[in-house]
Amino acid sequence: MAETMQFDLVSPERLLASMQVTQVQIPGADGDLTAMPDHAPLITTLRPGMLRVSGPQGEATYVVTGGFAEITGEGTSVLAEKAMPVSEATAADFDTLIGLATEAVAKAPADAKDAADKLVSDLQALRIEVGV
Amino acid sequence: MPNLKDLKNRIASVKSTRKITKAMQMVAAAKLRRAQEAAEASRPYAERFNAVMAGLAASVGGSDTAPRLLAGTGEDKVHLLVVMTAERGLCGGFNSNIAKLAKQHAAKLLGQGKTVKIVTVGKKGRDQLKREYAKHFAGHVDLTEVKRVSYADAQGIARDVLNRFDAGEFDVATIFFSKFVNVVSQIPTAQQIIPATFDAPEVDSASLLYDYEPSEEAILADLLPRGVATQIFSALLENGASEQGARMSAMDNATRNAGEMIDKLTIQYNRSRQAVITNELIEIISGAEAL
Repeated sequence: MAETMQFDLVSPERLLASMQVTQVQIPGADGDLTAMPDHAPLITTLRPGMLRVSGPQGEATYVVTGGFAEITGEGTSVLAEKAMPVSEATAADFDTLIGLATEAVAKAPADAKDAADKLVSDLQALRIEVGV
Repeated sequence: MPNLKDLKNRIASVKSTRKITKAMQMVAAAKLRRAQEAAEASRPYAERFNAVMAGLAASVGGSDTAPRLLAGTGEDKVHLLVVMTAERGLCGGFNSNIAKLAKQHAAKLLGQGKTVKIVTVGKKGRDQLKREYAKHFAGHVDLTEVKRVSYADAQGIARDVLNRFDAGEFDVATIFFSKFVNVVSQIPTAQQIIPATFDAPEVDSASLLYDYEPSEEAILADLLPRGVATQIFSALLENGASEQGARMSAMDNATRNAGEMIDKLTIQYNRSRQAVITNELIEIISGAEAL
């Protein structure tokens, strides 16, 4: 059996997952990355995307938006502002998120405009990927 | 001496009051359990979040480029007080205690010649503060329709606060809420959220050298607004648990008092009844003797 590490996925409202995994694919702000046991310590912010986990108990996919991931040699914790199993994501969730993000674009100052635009397109891409 | 019928009615009325307070106590107990579960479920997030933030804040905090949410505006003139109370009463001193703390705080700040702005969450606090500080009111968040506080509610409040901060409406923000210790004890607490303060990081987490992606500053700038929402969310949950705890013990007291009152009234009722019977007997006997 492959080496495993502790993985926790936490949202403000609850602990979604806590288990042993072999690898976690994280949608980092600067690009996707995969954490495996004995990864160098790293903290990265998240962009809206899919979090893919595989371990001895099978694979799981979550939709995460906002927050950060803390990776150490022993484990990975993902703290996401909104996180849910991909099967539970609904069109209404995306509608609110995209609505809020679009509002933010209108209000964003010039230097933050690109980031706000990117958030909207990330969300739209994620929506297509989830297929709702 | 009150007549028998009045006493009987009185006893019946106190009995139905006792039934109501008993029911409210049980409802509060059930809600308290749920509120406590929610508060506990949110703890892992808040704890880890704060641990990472504390580490980040410690390493970036000293530099000139530190975000304003962490370093402050450099001034200390305008204070925003976010007072969180319940939407309902009948929970003992819960709402009053929070309002009292906020009032003391406001009075102190005004005494130092600072400007105070107040945002209330929950209508009980608004009603209490309005009497003295109506002209300082800057807004109110209505959660009457919210059955169960969600993170989205906290985000809404946080957005409102952050928008005001970006607009330069205040320098320091403090939230007022009640910390849940146990059913009989809730501590009204003031917590400064802007500029952000974090508990000192633990040594072992600080000693780990992290890579940051993107930069430390960028992460901090991204996370600080979320930190505000997180703190407001845990305050809301603490408040929810405290409210139910306070209501539970208040209603427990009320039920007990009603019971005592019923006992007293019943004794009084029995005595008056006895007095009436004795009276009647005396009348009959003296009437018979007169013949």
